[in-house]
Amino acid sequence: MILYRALLRLYPASFREEYGREMQANFARRWRLAPHPIGRMMLLIVALVDVLGNAPAAHMDIVRQDLATAWQTIRRARVLSATVVAVTAVGIGATTAAFAVADHVLIRPLPYHEPHRLVKIWQGDLNGGRSEASPANYRDWRDHARSFERIAAYQPLSRNLIGAGTPVRLEGAAVTGELFATLGVTPLLGRTITSEDDRESSPLTVVISERLWRTRFAADATVIGRSVTLDDTAHVVIGVMPARFEFPTRLVDVWIPQVLRSDQYVYGNPFLNTVARLKPGVSREQADAEVRAISQAVALANPQVNKRQFGVALSLRDEVAPQARALLWILVTAAASLLLIACTNLANLLLTRGLARQKEFAVRAALGAGRHRLVRQLFTEHALLAACGGIAGAGIALAGIPALVRLVPTSLPTSETPAVDVRLLTFAMAITILTAIAFGVIPAWRISRQSDARALHDGVRAGTGRRTARLRSSLVIAQVSLSVLLLVGCGLLLKAMLKVQSIDPGFRAHRVLTLRTTLPLKKYENVSLRHQFFGRVIDGVQALPGVTSVAYVSGLPMVQRGGIWVINVAGFEQLPGEERLASLRFVTPRFFETLGIPLRSGRDVADSDTQASLPIAVVSESFVRQYWPGQNALGRQFKIRGIDWTIVGIVGDIRFRGLERRSEAQVYMAENQMPDRGLSGYWPRELVIKSDRSLEALLPAIRAIIASADPQQPISNVQTLSMVLSDETAPRRVQVRVLGVFAAIAFLLAGIGLHGLLAYSVSQRSREIGVRMALGAERRTILAMVMRSGMQLALAGVLVGSALACAAGRWLQALLAGVSPTDFASFGGAVALALFMTAVGSLLPALKAVRVNPLQVIRAE
Amino acid sequence: MAATEPTVDDLLPLQPATFHILMALSEEDRHGYAIIQDIAARTDGAIRLSAGTLYRSLQRMLEQGLIEETEDRPAPDEDDERRRYYRMTKFGATVARAEASRLQELVRMARASGFVTRSAPRSAV
Repeated sequence: MILYRALLRLYPASFREEYGREMQANFARRWRLAPHPIGRMMLLIVALVDVLGNAPAAHMDIVRQDLATAWQTIRRARVLSATVVAVTAVGIGATTAAFAVADHVLIRPLPYHEPHRLVKIWQGDLNGGRSEASPANYRDWRDHARSFERIAAYQPLSRNLIGAGTPVRLEGAAVTGELFATLGVTPLLGRTITSEDDRESSPLTVVISERLWRTRFAADATVIGRSVTLDDTAHVVIGVMPARFEFPTRLVDVWIPQVLRSDQYVYGNPFLNTVARLKPGVSREQADAEVRAISQAVALANPQVNKRQFGVALSLRDEVAPQARALLWILVTAAASLLLIACTNLANLLLTRGLARQKEFAVRAALGAGRHRLVRQLFTEHALLAACGGIAGAGIALAGIPALVRLVPTSLPTSETPAVDVRLLTFAMAITILTAIAFGVIPAWRISRQSDARALHDGVRAGTGRRTARLRSSLVIAQVSLSVLLLVGCGLLLKAMLKVQSIDPGFRAHRVLTLRTTLPLKKYENVSLRHQFFGRVIDGVQALPGVTSVAYVSGLPMVQRGGIWVINVAGFEQLPGEERLASLRFVTPRFFETLGIPLRSGRDVADSDTQASLPIAVVSESFVRQYWPGQNALGRQFKIRGIDWTIVGIVGDIRFRGLERRSEAQVYMAENQMPDRGLSGYWPRELVIKSDRSLEALLPAIRAIIASADPQQPISNVQTLSMVLSDETAPRRVQVRVLGVFAAIAFLLAGIGLHGLLAYSVSQRSREIGVRMALGAERRTILAMVMRSGMQLALAGVLVGSALACAAGRWLQALLAGVSPTDFASFGGAVALALFMTAVGSLLPALKAVRVNPLQVIRAE
Repeated sequence: MAATEPTVDDLLPLQPATFHILMALSEEDRHGYAIIQDIAARTDGAIRLSAGTLYRSLQRMLEQGLIEETEDRPAPDEDDERRRYYRMTKFGATVARAEASRLQELVRMARASGFVTRSAPRSAV
């Protein structure tokens, strides 16, 4: 019997309440009629089959019935239902999108074989900085470390592809033979680069990306074995990588073997990125300790090298900048806050509505519907709304992910956009269910508790129970505090953005067009050839209508952030190398004029500065301040690579490393004075044009001029300098915009929540208000009474929210560009907005309270 | 609360269990267990409704207005307070008649097609 009673628990509670006792009685009777153990066993089996078949069906009967009822209720209250669905959709959409991006960047494993065993090895220093590894250190780790199954190195490069359509500039990587095997990837076609390919004697080979194969070789499988020209050198295509292989960045289209000549194995020139696969069972920490020990052993044996340098092994998964990490957590927190606000708001809304429907429920309770049944009915109704919101939210998330992705610059060797897959949809579904529970179950339970026969009588005002009132007030306080949190965060980021935008880069980007022509190495080895090319391009472009000035430079500010050299100035040799750094740029005449960099004294570089004349340099003001403060620096000399350079001009400083970073002093040299061989990384390649015409208007003519100077020369990176500058603050603008949207929605929801609560409480208290007024209370007093209750809630919310924001400020710090996390203006602004919202939200209900007609209310009683 | 009341046509064809329950209630009001027994007797034991099927059907039939619970109970010495007694409503009788004529029409057509011999054996519906 106990067994049968337990089985009956599988039925819905309402069904059990209705028929359970009778079913038990029937079962008991048959039990008595079947005294034989086998008969009884049969009886139990039949009962089990019966219950297992019918209990789910009984649940489905109720669900079907409740859904039909819910659908009707929803259709009757269209505006309210649409509001609930929209609010849920926004909350779920934002949270899902934020989760998708965070999951993609921070959690999900990289698309390689056993990615947890992949580490990147850096050359670290005592200050916590890290750089690429020098070939000698790479060799030492490769030959001596026992932690790794394989170890490989690569460096980024770019090459002009000629002979497959119009010439094009490709991003690529030079990789040692072990790289593909270390990552554990297989090609789509052909084979990958192996240790047969990275020797000096090996024939030149190239592996291409699926994208390049598709766009330039028409996805032709016979591309394997074909010869392509990269920077004037023929390479044989040996393989095509699949589309999902994006290493080291998603822009890479070609991989060529990294040949390391024996004379390249030195300690001083760090340029290799190193990845390694840990042996099974070896931890990252063990590997880290081992590479550190190896570098330090070298330093002990040879005091000249690896001074304050050592190997550092980090998980490949952790190649995410701390800013991006902080940003993602902020994003997730903001989205979760939004969802919470949405849920609390809806819980309150549905609670209000449920209480207004009290009479309906009381009637049903009187007709015999049990409490379980009412809770279930209400929950079905709320769950249906949540499900609609969830579906719409998933749509919002899909639309929002690309925008959020732009927010998070990542250096991860994986695709930019998170995949929409089961994992993501499961997440969306899970939070939809949580949402349904949060705003569905609690109000349903609360409402059903109050639905007793008392509510049938008109005089009983439902929902004024102290506990319900307290719950509703707490929900509003939670909303206000979360919206204050988001407002403060948004204010801080806005202030940081304005601060960064107001930084003077030192040059004028307005109306400056730029494009890149990277000259191939062998063809343009001689300065005279390059000078001839630059001269033809500059003269041609200069002659175009609307063009004010034109020049070539080796690297654009904000684009080329490196190019740093140690400078030797007589009298300063004792300073450590790190304190004698300057950025080196080679320019043609009129570069400063084109970029609006002020010439403080002396002269610009000139066409007359040639290999045959005195080596000259133009330096920035900070360079002069560093070595000859308060003195005339013109005519002074310094040494680079053993050559004496004479200062002929002094110009203003620019922030070439970026708006938010300190930049080294700058040294500019005449392009025409470069040595014939070497320094290929410093060849001018960026054409800068000051013009009052648009880029589009000038581009065809410029292309024609470049093609006439060298028909095989590709053009890349066409953009305006303003775009470059605006890219500097783009992530901040997106941050502010996204958090701003979140904060605005939160703010609005909190306002609606507050208004709803007060309006409801005024309508519930209309009798009390009427009586007060009849007893002589002034309208002003009533107005103040309602406004005061609104303000009390808001103040509580502001206090909690400010405390939360103070705590969260520490997270934000990495993104604040020096703005204090407790910035007064941001907090003040958020508090003022919250109070303003309270005033607006409470004003309408307060006015409604004032308009209560005492006579009518009392007569209605 | 519920949707609009169903019409006769909405409910046809009836589920076999529903039709049997209506037949069981055509003579007198019965409680659940009695309905099971009556159906079993009527079909020579060929149909024996399980408790779950019976009570789910009863619940649905109550909602559809085919049957109602009755307060008229037998004499206390025959009664069991745990039992509920059900009575067929007028609407229930109308629906049952409609179902019967539907079946009759079906049999007529089957006969015209030569599916039914004169001495067709009795079978459960």
